[in-house]
Amino acid sequence: MARALDPHAAIATEATGLDAAGTLQTADGQPLSKALARSSRRARRRAFMLVLPLLLFILITFVMPIGQMLQRSVKNDGFSANMPQISAWFDANPRGSEPDEAAWAALAADLQASAEAKTIGVVGTRINYDMPGTRSLFTSAGRKVRGGIEPPYRDNILEFDEKWGDPQLWSVMREASSPYTSNFYLASVDRTRDEAGNIIQAPEQQRIYVKLFIRTFWLSLIITGTTFLLGFPIAHLLATLPLRKSNLLMILVLLPFWTSLLVRTTAWMVLLQQQGVVNDVLVWLGIIRDDQRLQMIFNQTGTIIAMTHILLPFMILPLYSVMRTINPSYVRAARSLGATSWTAFRRIYFPQTLPGLGAGALLVFILAVGYYITPALVGGSSGQLISNMIAMHMTQTLNWSMAAALAALLLGGVLILYWVYDRLVGIDNLKLG
Amino acid sequence: MALPTYATKLERVWHYAYLVICAAIFFFLIAPIVVVIPLSFNAEPYFTFTDKMLSFDPEGYSMRWYDSLLTFGMTQPDAPRDMSWWSDAWHNAKWVKAAKSSLIVGFFATIVATVLGTLAALGLSRPEMPYRRAIMAILISPMIVPIIITATGMFFFYSNPCAPLTWIGIDAQCGRLAGTYLGVILAHATLGIPFVIITVTATLVGFDQSLARAAASLGANPRTTFFRIIMPLILPGVISGALFAFVTSFDEVVAVLFIAGPDQQTIPRQMWNGIREQISPAILAVATLLVIFSVALLTVVEMLRRRSERLRGVTPR
Repeated sequence: MARALDPHAAIATEATGLDAAGTLQTADGQPLSKALARSSRRARRRAFMLVLPLLLFILITFVMPIGQMLQRSVKNDGFSANMPQISAWFDANPRGSEPDEAAWAALAADLQASAEAKTIGVVGTRINYDMPGTRSLFTSAGRKVRGGIEPPYRDNILEFDEKWGDPQLWSVMREASSPYTSNFYLASVDRTRDEAGNIIQAPEQQRIYVKLFIRTFWLSLIITGTTFLLGFPIAHLLATLPLRKSNLLMILVLLPFWTSLLVRTTAWMVLLQQQGVVNDVLVWLGIIRDDQRLQMIFNQTGTIIAMTHILLPFMILPLYSVMRTINPSYVRAARSLGATSWTAFRRIYFPQTLPGLGAGALLVFILAVGYYITPALVGGSSGQLISNMIAMHMTQTLNWSMAAALAALLLGGVLILYWVYDRLVGIDNLKLG
Repeated sequence: MALPTYATKLERVWHYAYLVICAAIFFFLIAPIVVVIPLSFNAEPYFTFTDKMLSFDPEGYSMRWYDSLLTFGMTQPDAPRDMSWWSDAWHNAKWVKAAKSSLIVGFFATIVATVLGTLAALGLSRPEMPYRRAIMAILISPMIVPIIITATGMFFFYSNPCAPLTWIGIDAQCGRLAGTYLGVILAHATLGIPFVIITVTATLVGFDQSLARAAASLGANPRTTFFRIIMPLILPGVISGALFAFVTSFDEVVAVLFIAGPDQQTIPRQMWNGIREQISPAILAVATLLVIFSVALLTVVEMLRRRSERLRGVTPR
């Protein structure tokens, strides 16, 4: 029994009497406190070794990718890597200095080199992020300088397009001449930089992100509210019924929970369509006329209904597990002391459900702010959330830095909520089914 | 939930109203899933009940959408159904291919998630575990961080997995993980791990450590103790964790959209395409099959839960 599973046990049995100084010793003459410290160190190490493989796995496949995304949100070397000479000129000359002939020469050389290396599209795209509509300026200039360009560079480049003289363009190029920039974060809160580099509000028609963040927040709040309104009675019923009956009814909650997200979203699309089942039933009941079919999908209503359905189990399950532990005799005691059933509910029962309510509401809210699939399918244009904008930048506009900046802001919000959740509920108390 | 004898008239009314409200909410939970099933047998390409269906006319019902799942993407769907037709379906039909991809990815992702997750849960449940709370928070975070953010990060990482090495000064190039089965499997394993951790730790909460000590005192080495004492006792938790991980993988679409190539066309991705492009009732047939699948999984999980409750001596009231 040399390598016992529990080292403390081994030491305790082997501990012998006291030495001259009066400290406890083990059989081999070591001070007991030291041996205990060593063995507890070993136990800690052993426990940690079990977790280590997974920790490394998560760090590599999850934490590091997120770190890379954060890096991407502040770094875009599309311009600086391909336009070295003009970038060097920007470094050498402070903001506000008028571009001289040397600057135009550097620009011409870079345009030519970049056109020949076929990276001019990347450069134009980078500038286009900060100044929409300028990508073609670069690609067409690239085509024109490919055969070489003669001095005077300023006049010759301006001949391609008057826009090259725009101080706004030069300001944007200066911003882009460093690979690291905060512009994507500025853009995700609808801010931009003017010619002098001051932070100003983006033009009215381009302010979309703040609105979208607010909408995401509001819709998530509404969805949390509706899941609470629908989840509370169900959780209460399940918690007060005898276990045999409530287990049966619980299946009705768990079945949607286990059913594929896409199946449930599809089901709602089918139900809520103008020619769908819900409208059919309403017409048949005579509540609405056939020509007044309700538009319940491809708008916010669709997002709210479908997401409420999808997230409802996440509200019911934590509420249920808290309600299960509430002792019914408190309510009975309140009643016997003269409280009406409403008072007993309001002052005795409901306060005891608050931990479950907090857990459920936080969970639903955290999940709702990051939802992508359901709003994308049933949200139309007015029911889209910030996730949909991130996906759009990732797959359509290919403005990855912008997507990363928006994702980083969303991530920050979610992590704060996660921290609150861990404080209030404890992440190890999370239960599934 | 019986009505007390001293209830007033108003309370009685409220009690029945409350039951009706609960019934309506249960209806809201279940109806969307149930409605899909009969609609998938619609003989017409509509998403609503036709008059023939409502009058239970057999002509209103058909298996055509299920059949179209098998033939969609085949080279010769109209050929006579001999061996070569079936082989064509097996190799070329898009939904069949999607099912194969989903099963391959789900199987391996589940294995990775379950093995690593169970080991970690064993470590986390030891009282000596240092930094327990912080490590737990990191391991659970793939479930909390919105999938769109995870997928965005994975997109950058998987297209050049060596890029983070530049942070420590190594400029390395290595192959892409994006567009490979390995990449999708790793991504799905990451997403499934929190579920394994949560279910296995929950099982270990009720685990009596003195059983392991008893085994050790009888001369079992740690490995024997693990496989003969600990493992059989926590097996229900491990299996339901594995099922959770599998379902997560089987249902996952965002990461697949971002990092998978055309070869890793899983069922959810195929559904996503189907819904976005031109939604046909064939989607409802897939949905029905998936509902049946989830009923089966739910049954297994429920049986496991009851078994472990019975073993712990918790009997239904």
